[in-house]
Amino acid sequence: MAEHNHKDEVTGVDTTGHEWDGIRELDNPLPRWWLWIFYACVAWSVVYMVFMPALPAPPGFEGFTRGLTGNSERVNVAQQMADLQASRSTNFERLQNADFAGIESDPELFRFAIAAGRSAFGDNCATCHGSGGGGAVGYPNLNDDIWLWGGTFEDIRYTLHVGIRSDHPDTRFSQMPAFGRDELLSQAEIRDVTQYVLQMAGQSFDAAAASRGAETYDMQCASCHMADGLGDQAQGAPNLTDADWLYGGSAAQIEATIHRGPYGVMPSWEGRLSEPMITALATYVYSLGGGQEDNGDVMGAGGQ
Amino acid sequence: MLVGAFSKGGPVNDESQYAEGVIKAGTIATMFWGIAGFLVGVIIALQLAFPNIFYFEDFGFTNFGRLRPLHTSAVIFAFGGNALIATSFYVVQRTCRTRIAGGLWPWFVFWGYQFFIVIAATGYLLGITQGKEYAEPEWYADIWLTLVWVVYLLVFLGTLWKRKEPHIYVANWFYLAFIVTIAMLHVVNNLAVPVNWFGAWSYPVMSGVQGALTQWWYGHNAVGFFLTAGFLAIMYYFIPKRAERPVFSYRLSIVHFWSLIFIYIWAGPHHLHYTALPEWAQTLGMTFSVMLWMPSWGGMINGLMTLSGAWDKLRTDPVIRMMVLSVAFYGMSTFEGPVMSVRAVNALSHYTDWTIGHVHSGALGWVGFITFGAIYCLVPWLWKRKGMWSKALIEWHFWLATIGILFYIAAMWPSGITQGLMWRAYNDLGFLEYSFVETVEAMHPYYIIRAFGGFLFLLGALLMAYNVYRTIRGGVEETEDRVNPQSSLVAAE
Amino acid sequence: MSQKKGFFQGIHARFLERNSLILTVAILVVVSIGGVIEIAPLFYLNSTIEEVDGMRPYTPLELAGRQIYVREGCYNCHSQMVRPLRDEVERYGHYSLAAESMYDRPFQWGSKRTGPDLARVGGKYSDEWHRDHLIDPQSVVPESVMPPYAFLADAALDYGQIEGHLRTNRLFGVPYSDEMITNAAADLAAQVDPFSSGYDDLIARYPGAQIRDFDGNPDEITELDALIAYLQVLGTMVDFSTYEAEAPENQR
Ligand code: HEC
Ligand code: HEC
Ligand code: HEC
Ligand code: HEM
Ligand code: HEM
Ligand SMILES: [Ca+2]
Ligand SMILES: [Ca+2]
Ligand SMILES: [Cu+2]
Repeated sequence: MAEHNHKDEVTGVDTTGHEWDGIRELDNPLPRWWLWIFYACVAWSVVYMVFMPALPAPPGFEGFTRGLTGNSERVNVAQQMADLQASRSTNFERLQNADFAGIESDPELFRFAIAAGRSAFGDNCATCHGSGGGGAVGYPNLNDDIWLWGGTFEDIRYTLHVGIRSDHPDTRFSQMPAFGRDELLSQAEIRDVTQYVLQMAGQSFDAAAASRGAETYDMQCASCHMADGLGDQAQGAPNLTDADWLYGGSAAQIEATIHRGPYGVMPSWEGRLSEPMITALATYVYSLGGGQEDNGDVMGAGGQ
Repeated sequence: MLVGAFSKGGPVNDESQYAEGVIKAGTIATMFWGIAGFLVGVIIALQLAFPNIFYFEDFGFTNFGRLRPLHTSAVIFAFGGNALIATSFYVVQRTCRTRIAGGLWPWFVFWGYQFFIVIAATGYLLGITQGKEYAEPEWYADIWLTLVWVVYLLVFLGTLWKRKEPHIYVANWFYLAFIVTIAMLHVVNNLAVPVNWFGAWSYPVMSGVQGALTQWWYGHNAVGFFLTAGFLAIMYYFIPKRAERPVFSYRLSIVHFWSLIFIYIWAGPHHLHYTALPEWAQTLGMTFSVMLWMPSWGGMINGLMTLSGAWDKLRTDPVIRMMVLSVAFYGMSTFEGPVMSVRAVNALSHYTDWTIGHVHSGALGWVGFITFGAIYCLVPWLWKRKGMWSKALIEWHFWLATIGILFYIAAMWPSGITQGLMWRAYNDLGFLEYSFVETVEAMHPYYIIRAFGGFLFLLGALLMAYNVYRTIRGGVEETEDRVNPQSSLVAAE
Repeated sequence: MSQKKGFFQGIHARFLERNSLILTVAILVVVSIGGVIEIAPLFYLNSTIEEVDGMRPYTPLELAGRQIYVREGCYNCHSQMVRPLRDEVERYGHYSLAAESMYDRPFQWGSKRTGPDLARVGGKYSDEWHRDHLIDPQSVVPESVMPPYAFLADAALDYGQIEGHLRTNRLFGVPYSDEMITNAAADLAAQVDPFSSGYDDLIARYPGAQIRDFDGNPDEITELDALIAYLQVLGTMVDFSTYEAEAPENQR
């Protein structure tokens, strides 16, 4: 095709003279603003590369250009974390050395501990204990005044440190046998003792079965859950007479629990969270509403 | 103008010389996979909005983790890929004034590609995946695709080779860059060794940080060459053709083509800001993304300014409107992209729905609309109709899809920014304000809005399918929609 | 300026636009440059991967679990990459190192956090919690949008090919010894049984491996066993007590 000049009638601009399937191209110049912004972006990029780590060494050499600023995100974040720790340090130190009475009597420190605790609770504990601490099947409710391992401030703090049946060497430990799975009791015996547990808990039960189950209970269960079923905090054995069930209170659930022998694990937080953070968490949990006074009485509505 | 084209022609405009069957098949396949892909998109959007639907106790085929790659592959590779293959076969013949090369090989490309889609997609549902975004197909599908792609390249090059025009049209530069570069990216990123030749599982050659950069060198340029260069080629043919206007600037097309393909390749590390990728590479990714802004806009300018002198068609022709809006979305997402590449911005946007919003303004707006526009042109041309069966349905499609996109991105931007801000929010005492699940909860309303937007978009595509069906079925005497006839048709008349 | 453009344009019109092979080669050259300059240095620069203590290859069970993680597409919602940003370090723990994923094929850094980052989830929860959570996420986290994976608990783990998996990894330099490869199946079974005779050998081959019945069903090795074993090792290998984050070679 000949390269002759051809003008577009509408715009009055020359075309390049080529044509493909009816399509022509105008010979407009590059828009100025376009070109200048392009140059500006290139210039800015070059400057940025001069200031920041940018170019790798060629083969046979080590390293890269670190730039005039020598920027390192790793240094930056270390600095930011240090600043963050510093801004908390006074309060953290005070927390570290305080008991609950000390914390509670200082509103500012208390507010700080609750804020820290609430923040750490959300990402570390709420997944098991629920966002409000309400628990789920297998994960205890932390709002109520029922405690497996003790509900004083110190008890809670200790639980957080060592965990329950965790991999911490000093962890709180106890284990209920898996009566069914390990064939320590027959299915019938389990069914009967379940009825007895229901009886203790004040729920509807089958009297004949329960009276058969009572004997099994005394032999197999009372050592941990106590003859009256009130449980034993020293071994983390729950109270079976209340309406609060860790693993569910229906006959089927209780039966399943006895069959498999529950083995709830609460991780230890010693290495994962800092000491003062654990104290703050203990403060937060203790204040959720169900903490026990040191003398064993149930605390009132608690802080917050 | 047309008369001019044709007076120079000679034997060229004998319409039998163009192969059209494979393009017809490709057009239908594009619509089919598009609707399938949008449907899966709506399903996964609903799964995030209302967890527990479409989940089954006993098997995992429909779990989000398996359906999401199905969606991305269906829309990018099946919908987008078929659109690219079909239009490239059309455009290269017309702009080279020659029949496509390779005899039946174009059909091999078509069916080979469909086969690839099917083995890849069924694999996803069964949990057969390489676990790398946009490169999920396992080794056997990868090898098959490589084969198909080489044939595709040869068919395309062969057609250029025997062209009857002295110069290669700009659309074909873009198609060629797309085909060549995708071949390179695909082969390198999928280097892997199968555990055994009879099993699906393979291990990629590159691990950890090298694997990550190679993957995002691939992933970013899948955007750059599949979703950008390829679709720019569509734009460079269909917009001037439909508007009956010359391309705005030849010089601009040269400069933006070469700068675009050169710079795009470098930008991959912007997907890895603040990761364990060395910082020097992040700097390169960021600066090249910023430099990429104007080369990308070069395409937008050439697309939009081609309309100068024909702006009134925006009012009367919904297909032109679709394509122009498409180019506008292209401009928007290629502005947003460089912004998101700035490390300080990416620190917030990365990992959030902001990225999803960006993706879909590009994907629904740009890729979707330019493809719909091309389909509305192609169907009457291929099936020799005066126009689409119903112009009103095209209008409906346009508005449903536009509103759908607006819902989609208007939900994802606030959702992404909220998410990013909530993750980093500190209270006045210096502690994290929100737990992660609180941010999950906060997304809920946005996810519902997004699903609704996606549903509208899907609805629009269904209208298009019906309209296409009626057009092909024929018997349309009168239509409001008139495509400007292809030169071959003029010749026939 | 316009002169130069004219020159380039001339070349373009004369050669590149007229010869499809020249055009093809030119494209190939232009698109190769950036990738080569960015990717190649990652293989020869020593500063790319930090020197750390504690990284070991995955045990056969963990590796099998990782495959399930990939198969189920967990990476679509979960990242495994803690960025060096204050809030992330505070929420998830120490930022991720390149060394921590050096044996990861494919890498699973992720690009979307619909769920939280999992790079350091190992040891954070109990096996039982993972079990409950994977079987029915909403039962423990009511707000969750994560899908249920109950079928994993019933699916026996197919580990017939496990030797081949280790061997393929060794091709790329993952330090699996002959002994590890020949004993792969035995080691896999030993890891879910704390009372097995293979306990000591397993620990010797994979220091620090956690050995227990992960899925609460001692009768069967299920996919859930493998997946939980994998989740529980995430982010726990590197010994951060000996890693000097402040050292200049680790700053980049
Ligand atoms: C993996 C799940 C899990 C996580 C995470 C978890 N817990 Fe626990 N937690 C448990 C289980 C299970 C128990 C009950 C153990 C038992 O059965 O004796 C428990 C018990 C407790 C108890 C003792 C309750 C009692 O009645 O004595 C306290 C206090 C407690 N958790 C607080 C926390 C705090 C604070 C956090 C976050 C730092 C946390 N938990 C994280 C699972 C978890
Ligand atoms: C070795 C001590 C021990 C013995 C013996 C024992 N238990 Fe337990 N029991 C426990 C402990 C500890 C727990 C709590 C486990 C946990 O938190 O995971 C528990 C939990 C329970 C629960 C669940 C309570 C709830 O809130 O859901 C029931 C029911 C129960 N035991 C019944 C019995 C019965 C019936 C027997 C006898 C057949 C028995 N236990 C024998 C220690 C024991
Ligand atoms: C639809 C998105 C989605 C998919 C797919 C998904 N998850 Fe999740 N995941 C979530 C969300 C949302 C959360 C936060 C709420 C919760 O804890 O359930 C989460 C939480 C988790 C957590 C707890 C993390 C922490 O630190 O609290 C683990 C572990 C987890 N997912 C593992 C997996 C595994 C393994 C898979 C694949 C088999 C998977 N997820 C697939 C969305 C998803
Ligand atoms: C009906 C229309 C569509 C709907 C409802 C939809 C919905 C979705 C959803 C819900 C996701 C997952 C987001 C997340 O994980 O949070 C997604 C991801 C994605 N979609 Fe779509 N989509 C639609 C159309 C498209 C189209 C047309 C394309 C491309 C041409 C596309 C490309 C993608 C890509 C690339 C991703 C992955 C994004 C990323 O990983 O960052 N989608 N889509
Ligand atoms: C100048 C052009 C562009 C630049 C610089 C750019 C930049 C970016 C950036 C910074 C991200 C976020 C990465 C992250 O934080 O994870 C991103 C994601 C993405 N963009 Fe773009 N973008 C551009 C154009 C486009 C266009 C036109 C499309 C689509 C048609 C597109 C599709 C995508 C997709 C699919 C993702 C998601 C990748 C993933 O799965 O994470 N981009 N882009
Ligand atoms: Ca692949
Ligand atoms: Ca992604
Ligand atoms: Cu990108």
